[in-house]
Amino acid sequence: MTTIRVSALEYIQKVSDGEFTVEEFTSETLGRIKNTEPKLHAFLHIDDEQRIIRRAKEIDRKIKLGQKVGKCMGMPIAIKDNICIKGMATTCGSKMLEKFIPPYDATAVSRLNAKDAAIIAKTNMDEFAMGLTTEFSAFGPSRNPWNTDYVPGGSSGGSAVATAAFECVASLGSDTGGSVRNPASFCSVVGYKPTYGLVSRYGLVSYANSIEQIGPIARTVSDVAFLLNVIAGYDSNDGTTINNTDAAADYLDGIDDGIEGLRVGIIQEMTNGNGIDSQVTRAAKHAIRDMERAGAACEEVSLGMIKYSVPSYYTITAAEAESNLARYDNLRYGYDLSLEGYEFNSYVKEARSRFGPEVARRMILGGYVSAAGHSGRYYLKAQKVQSKLTREVTEAFGTYDILISPTVPIPPFKIGEKIDDPVELFMVDLNTVTANMTGKPAISVPYAMSDDALPIGIQMMADRLNDKLLLKAARTLEKQRPPLAEVRI
Amino acid sequence: MSHQETTTKGIGAAPKDAKSYDAMPDGAMPDGAMPDGAMPKVLIGLEIHCQMTNLNSKLFCTCKADYRKMKPNQNICPICAGLPGTLPLLNKEAVRKGVMIAMALKCAIPDRISFFRKNYFYPDLPKNFQITQVNMHGDVSIGGRGKIAIDDGKKIRIRRIQLEEDPGRMIYEGASAKNTITLVDYNRAGIPLVEIVTEPDFESPRQVRLFLQRLSYMIENLEVGNPSLEGAMRADANVSLAGSNRVEIKNINSFHDLEKAVIFEIARQKAQYSRGLDIKQETRHWDANRKITIAARRKEEDMDYLYLPEADIPWIDIDPDTLNALKEKMPESISEKKARYMQKYRIPEQVADVLSSDKMYSDLFEAAHTDSNAKELANIITTDLMGIACTLLQQQTEEKEGGKDQNGGDDSGVDGDENSKPPPITPANLQRLADAVTLGKMARNSARQALYEMVKTKKSFEAITADTETGKISDASELDDIIKQVIAEEAGAARQAVSNPNTINYLVGKVMQKTKGRADPQITMAILKKWIQKLK
Repeated sequence: MTTIRVSALEYIQKVSDGEFTVEEFTSETLGRIKNTEPKLHAFLHIDDEQRIIRRAKEIDRKIKLGQKVGKCMGMPIAIKDNICIKGMATTCGSKMLEKFIPPYDATAVSRLNAKDAAIIAKTNMDEFAMGLTTEFSAFGPSRNPWNTDYVPGGSSGGSAVATAAFECVASLGSDTGGSVRNPASFCSVVGYKPTYGLVSRYGLVSYANSIEQIGPIARTVSDVAFLLNVIAGYDSNDGTTINNTDAAADYLDGIDDGIEGLRVGIIQEMTNGNGIDSQVTRAAKHAIRDMERAGAACEEVSLGMIKYSVPSYYTITAAEAESNLARYDNLRYGYDLSLEGYEFNSYVKEARSRFGPEVARRMILGGYVSAAGHSGRYYLKAQKVQSKLTREVTEAFGTYDILISPTVPIPPFKIGEKIDDPVELFMVDLNTVTANMTGKPAISVPYAMSDDALPIGIQMMADRLNDKLLLKAARTLEKQRPPLAEVRI
Repeated sequence: MSHQETTTKGIGAAPKDAKSYDAMPDGAMPDGAMPDGAMPKVLIGLEIHCQMTNLNSKLFCTCKADYRKMKPNQNICPICAGLPGTLPLLNKEAVRKGVMIAMALKCAIPDRISFFRKNYFYPDLPKNFQITQVNMHGDVSIGGRGKIAIDDGKKIRIRRIQLEEDPGRMIYEGASAKNTITLVDYNRAGIPLVEIVTEPDFESPRQVRLFLQRLSYMIENLEVGNPSLEGAMRADANVSLAGSNRVEIKNINSFHDLEKAVIFEIARQKAQYSRGLDIKQETRHWDANRKITIAARRKEEDMDYLYLPEADIPWIDIDPDTLNALKEKMPESISEKKARYMQKYRIPEQVADVLSSDKMYSDLFEAAHTDSNAKELANIITTDLMGIACTLLQQQTEEKEGGKDQNGGDDSGVDGDENSKPPPITPANLQRLADAVTLGKMARNSARQALYEMVKTKKSFEAITADTETGKISDASELDDIIKQVIAEEAGAARQAVSNPNTINYLVGKVMQKTKGRADPQITMAILKKWIQKLK
């Protein structure tokens, strides 16, 4: 049971050195999944076991014959269930798409496949990525591997759980308002939200398409950089991908160079403000000291627009959700529901009754805030907040290289504890939504444990396209922090 | 977008057939009860949807823009079928063509454009929203504030031009009211459209017709689309009397019907007005069978569209370089072409007008003309070739239909459903014919005959002229004999010709008949005059 407890980069090294074969590692991972899945429920769909083994053997054979093998070398990867894989169910954690099997691969998936990653499973998530606990999955919640009574965060909860519990080497999630960083923080893994446009969204089922990104989840900062190397870059299938980034950008290059002289701003509103748990504040203070020890100059900065970020975030995402999810009328794909006895409107109404409560809530909200009669009061105002917030944060990056804060204002909480209070739940997003609203890259690095032995993560944010610098800063914190506990499950 | 609707039945009694108003002067009352002076001005505005049928692919994916003649739902992909996770992929050529249309309509073109989502539920929309353009926060659609002059000098202002995707096509089967099956064909979903919205500047149905004719010539001339394909150009109209509410008319399937619908609606509103009744602001549907407009169901009218920026398509810059490049690529406009024909080749205005307005024939002219044959060629095309091609096409259609009784064959407007046709004759053959006429080697009448044969049989000019004796008779002695014969047979006419010179033309005609058009008209005329002089 020790071989699979390695990072992605270690995996590659050890497979190359012949310390273990891909098949051995893969079999052990599958055994681990059998053992832990009943307790964790990280996956919604696991690929056929024989197929997985066959593929592992094939890569072993190629390695043995000295043939060219992609740099992921058959490493088991899990993919959030809102990212399309040809021929594999993609439900988005919803009954609405229970039977949807995409006829195409998402760009991120085809890039992983091209580098011989082995996608073994689709991970659980809040329905259509709306939620931050995975409790809104139509197929039941995932559980936190540090304490299965607790939520793992969300919406990419399954990806974070699987990565934290060694059910895969790394995974992909999607981050609309913190959906990669929040569960990464709650499960003590690294979660990355790239600059908007760095990773193709082609094949990512849209929730709020103007701000979301696919992001890697792994056990080390370097692993995240490695995965970014595989999935990032211009894609002609996604008009919003950035075309002028260095095609050969290597996010691992210089990651260990240190950050001497780095200017770090500590975001007041996210670190000391109202509703920030004292244990979380304490962890952030320690992290700042670690950064200073590494040579960073840290000082507090107040960003006045942060307090409006969550309401405007929910206004904009609800409006976009209403539009993006309108296509699920069950006419062209979906689940079995006979058309007999319905006309169009009544059929759509019936078909859509399969949406869960959170999706329904946000779609109703979205229809309201963007309707002609109200958009001036809500949607347009939220857009104004978004542009003011972007201006303020961009200005802050004139003074600071990195902005730092805790990833989530509070430590993980129990399953069922907050699900009935949507407004309280919304505030858990306070620290993460700003990166999405402004298009900036952000990362969550595992840092400490709460008094209840639950993980607390630290978030760092950089200016647009400063992803490399951000990863370097995160790697520095990772090296400076006190040793992390091992997950016991 | 307007939608095809099943025929709404049972509302009111059908009034007099709108067709019978056709002959009336613009703005006249159908029943003549109201003196014209007391009636407020008629205001008509149009929303025209024009498919860019000449593009290779749809607006947001690589499926074909030419979806016609395909089996249902064959021309679709994950993007235009709206599958989860797909993103729109903007067809840049559509943007370029859109800019060209905006230029041709003298519109202001913004530095950059963006797309919006118009959200509403309808089965023909795979995503339940349509990607379109609106001018919400500043100008973002491809063009606006343009104008176009129609033939009587009247200018129509263009409010806005926008690019958008066509929805799918709905097909209703099972005509019984209780058991209607609605089928959806998404082959059309995503076809690039330009929507052209005019100001309410039209004062009469005639102006509407002139405008649409002009617009469809323009679309063809710009090589953007072929408006003659079925459904390639569709229009909604809004009609009002100055100071009263505006009525939108939808569900109009042809320009022919559009004119009828507008005529009907004007009459209806005037009748309301003259009786002191309110004209409701509403949407009305055109019922092509009964030729009346019918109030739409309330629900449809209240449809509240929800607009959101389309974040999947970033702003597109239309930089000065692009604009200049497109300006250079702009084809000669129809009016420029007409002026050139008149100035350079001395082609009479009417002929130049007809020739320049028709893309296929003016292209044929360009390919077959020389400086010397141009004037003759223009005559041959406009007076002979167009007629011959039309006649032959009609004959072919009749043969195909095998004499079956076909109803509704009166829709032969610009939007008739004939498919884009190749030129009836090759430029090389046409040129040889025009040269022969210009050089006096062939009489116009024989030329017409040869042209008919060439179009019908697709044979070359040489083959046709060898087949039939179309060589011109310019030998005076040969003609002299024939003319003597004619004067003997037509003694009465010959005598009349002495006092009435016009009668000579009749005699020339007789000579032509006898020679099967081969007589040289000038020599014939000269000889005839000589003989008639003798009769004095």
